[in-house]
Amino acid sequence: MKPLGSVQDVLAEWPFLAHASLAPDVDLIKPPSDMLHAIATRLRAHGWHLGTIVASETADATDLRYCFYGTAGRGWLHVLLDVDRQTRQTPSLTPVYISADRHEREIEDLFSITFTAHPRLGDFVFHDDKWASGIGLMRPQAPQHIAQTNRPWEPHHVLQEEGAFIMPVGPIFSGHAESALFLLETVGEDVVRAVPRLFYKYRAIEKLAEGRSVHDVLLLVERCNGMSALGNGWGYCNAVESALGIDVPARALALRTLLAELERIRHHAGAIREICESTALTVAANQAAVLEEELLRVTAQLTGHRYLFGTLAVGGLARDFDAEAIAEMLVAVHNILPRFAKMREALEKTGSFLDRIENIGLISPEKAQTFELLGPMARASGVDLDLRTSHPYGRYEDAEFSVPVEYEGDGFARLRVLFREVEQSARILNGVANAPGGALRGEIPQTPGSALGWAEAPRGASLHWTCIAADLSLLRYHFAPPSFRNWHGFHIATEDFAFQDFPIILATLDLSVAENDR
Amino acid sequence: MSWFLLGIRSGIRTERYAANAPAPAGATPGFPHETRFETTDDAAGNQARCPTGAIHAQGDVATVNRDRCIHCMRCASCDGSAAMEWKVDYNWAHGTDGVDTLPAAFHGSLHVRVIDAGDCGACLNEIAHLSDPFYNAHRHGIFITPTPRHADVLLVVGPVTQQMRAELATAYEAMPEPKRVVAIGACAVSGGIFGPSVMCAAGASSVVPVDIFVPGCPPPPLAIVHALLGVCESKPLER
Repeated sequence: MKPLGSVQDVLAEWPFLAHASLAPDVDLIKPPSDMLHAIATRLRAHGWHLGTIVASETADATDLRYCFYGTAGRGWLHVLLDVDRQTRQTPSLTPVYISADRHEREIEDLFSITFTAHPRLGDFVFHDDKWASGIGLMRPQAPQHIAQTNRPWEPHHVLQEEGAFIMPVGPIFSGHAESALFLLETVGEDVVRAVPRLFYKYRAIEKLAEGRSVHDVLLLVERCNGMSALGNGWGYCNAVESALGIDVPARALALRTLLAELERIRHHAGAIREICESTALTVAANQAAVLEEELLRVTAQLTGHRYLFGTLAVGGLARDFDAEAIAEMLVAVHNILPRFAKMREALEKTGSFLDRIENIGLISPEKAQTFELLGPMARASGVDLDLRTSHPYGRYEDAEFSVPVEYEGDGFARLRVLFREVEQSARILNGVANAPGGALRGEIPQTPGSALGWAEAPRGASLHWTCIAADLSLLRYHFAPPSFRNWHGFHIATEDFAFQDFPIILATLDLSVAENDR
Repeated sequence: MSWFLLGIRSGIRTERYAANAPAPAGATPGFPHETRFETTDDAAGNQARCPTGAIHAQGDVATVNRDRCIHCMRCASCDGSAAMEWKVDYNWAHGTDGVDTLPAAFHGSLHVRVIDAGDCGACLNEIAHLSDPFYNAHRHGIFITPTPRHADVLLVVGPVTQQMRAELATAYEAMPEPKRVVAIGACAVSGGIFGPSVMCAAGASSVVPVDIFVPGCPPPPLAIVHALLGVCESKPLER
């Protein structure tokens, strides 16, 4: 079998398929739907990752776009499939790429497309007890107001042993947790498996984006997950900028890189705080909270906003920072950094803390690869995947840093990855401190276009598909955030655990509900 | 080094809370403020720039409806025309007219249940920071409780999504009397950029009666402390 190392190899393998080059290193093929499995099986065998699946429906076409990407330098492959408008059925990709599972369940709810041979559809975005099935909210003729129904709903019992029961946790639980329902299946002592029921917070961001200008959709993207506003926002800007062919000035790219790493450090401080809080190590939690709050203030002093809202703009940045302010920020961050190292050292010597986070929430490297997990969660399970190095954007190509990888896949490995990523982010900050001068925003042409954009947000790869009309309004916006994929990791990490470990596992996984629900 | 020593050596980081005192640098983004411009075009330009209709121009003066502001910062960074004046304060909470404050028995013992009704995580994070050493809301007698049955105050964040409507109403009904509801953040106050829409309501008041509104996207911890102290009137509320 010939290797499928690059997009060219794929095109050479199936030369009879209609294909188009969308951009350098981005190619599209249009196979008949019964060929999807054969193509996907070959891609999977040669290490291609499934980025996301984008469904689109217009008045005269319904199609599915499967976006695959190879590791370092292999580009992107889009596989476009027409969906039969009569049957609204299409083969499921889940048997080949298990990571397609959640994407297909979402599309089934939003577009009323049925995936044949999918193991489990239904009760995903729209909960079965509140909505009739087949709403198809994202279809052009979807109703603007949808009446709720109150129907009985019974969670799916997998455990059939005598005395087995489901303990519901949520959707409102704990101190200030995000709303989500967790169904813990147990026979009394340990929890055998846990199933999350998400989308309580579904705000329909993709629907709200339709018809809005590219500038206003950025506001929605930033507020999808406020904790990684810049990481996700940058991915969206990348999508719009490649769709319209905007030339982003070097100064904006350097400053975006600077701010993205500042956000990553601040985000990881918050994640570390939550892990310490979940183990009731109050002093450490407070120390981490001080670090996070100081970083929030440093961010606000530089940009005016604690969470970097309104800093990005399509084509560049919303406002410029003078060299003095940037230098002040860097000094402040470098005064904070030694305390991360000190904290890590102290945590690694605290036996009672290690007892709580070692060997819990295990995600093996095989599982992490099979489910194609993303971000720090995957990197703690031996997956060396980071879009900053594999598909560089901004100034990451010239930046000196390494991608920290740990192999144990437990809570402690995930904590170590967070600490090590902070160190690497600090190296990147030093590298881009001297941003070149020049313009801050590129010119925005009034042309239609569509493209996929990506960025490595603090929680992992953030993918955005934008299809833009000539008046710069969005015809279709699709957002595949890292947490959406990573909730697979929750299923894996919560097999056979003790009740009291539940909050700790949840904290070490660092999953965002808001980002998943969108 | 033991955690005890590490904690002691970090010193006291808690800042004195005083209503109307200037905020520490970076603790709050502030709000755009009523601004008189040199030309009417500058005022109209800021109204046009605002994506949520929070800025209203009348002649050469632009006024701000804080409840609609989502801190997009567009009126802070303008090309060509003048920017709005920003006031870096945090006394943002305002009550509905004629709201009853809780009786004196609640001073120094206020139990709060947080309800996430579609929040992006920023407001929740600011609420989490209430108990960090800088703000230490415990010393004001403000405690986060895990159940609405023990709560005196419901803090609602998020625009209230369709799938959280019933849950929010149930939590409110489960609270003992007397009870108060505080809407935190632009989404919970007015729906923000998400509502009213097909999946989002126009904020907390479309489901439960709200007593105090805290605008901002997100309101910083100081603004939330200000609102919670206002619930039992130990600090006066200001518009």
